[in-house]
Amino acid sequence: MTTRLIYFAWVRERIGKPEEDVELPAGIETVADLLRWLKSRGEEYEHALQYPDVIRVAINQEHVEHREKVAGAREIALFPPMTGG
Amino acid sequence: MVRIQREDFDVAAEIARLTQGRADIGAVVSFQGLCRDEQGQLSALELEHYPGMAEAEIGRIAAEAIARWPLQGLTVIHRHGKIAPGENIVLVVAASAHRQAAFEAANFLMDFLKSRAPFWKKEHRLDGTDGGWVKAKDADDQAAARWTQSPPD
Repeated sequence: MTTRLIYFAWVRERIGKPEEDVELPAGIETVADLLRWLKSRGEEYEHALQYPDVIRVAINQEHVEHREKVAGAREIALFPPMTGG
Repeated sequence: MVRIQREDFDVAAEIARLTQGRADIGAVVSFQGLCRDEQGQLSALELEHYPGMAEAEIGRIAAEAIARWPLQGLTVIHRHGKIAPGENIVLVVAASAHRQAAFEAANFLMDFLKSRAPFWKKEHRLDGTDGGWVKAKDADDQAAARWTQSPPD
């Protein structure tokens, strides 16, 4: 299944694109697994995801924890802590 | 009502929209957040947001407020795009029969907007350089957490 990854703020700037469609490889079960896999995809990902603990994640536009399962996710967004308001 | 927009808003008009033609509202609390320049070096803040989720998340926070306090009306407006110092960024208007619910709901809304609404601020400096992304404050997370530690009755 194709999953759309969306990036915001400095995560977007460091990865160098606002979004991409990916086929998640077998074995990626949780958000933490996804971050570990993405980080291995190249220098720009390594730079963006150097400290995975600070990365906030939303699945299908709802906040989730890193232990959340990614199965069935259409849209996964990665971003820094929010600074709105 | 939740609105995410590039344009400015009119506080008086938004308050009137909630209160007009009603006699059951005894209290309206509005909070207006503005773009602040502390060092005289800021040309603008650029607010990036997650379209779709921004509306959905603020809607969830607003629904939580409506469930916790007896509100007669609630408006949240959050701007995005480039905003100059002195301009409006966010507006929360809470209307209720009595002041306590209106004060608390507006306060709750702002605490959760800060830590959960998908917006990010980038600084643009007057000298044309990029001032970088504004860092999230632990104090904002703590402010949101206090609502789960001691819920009002």
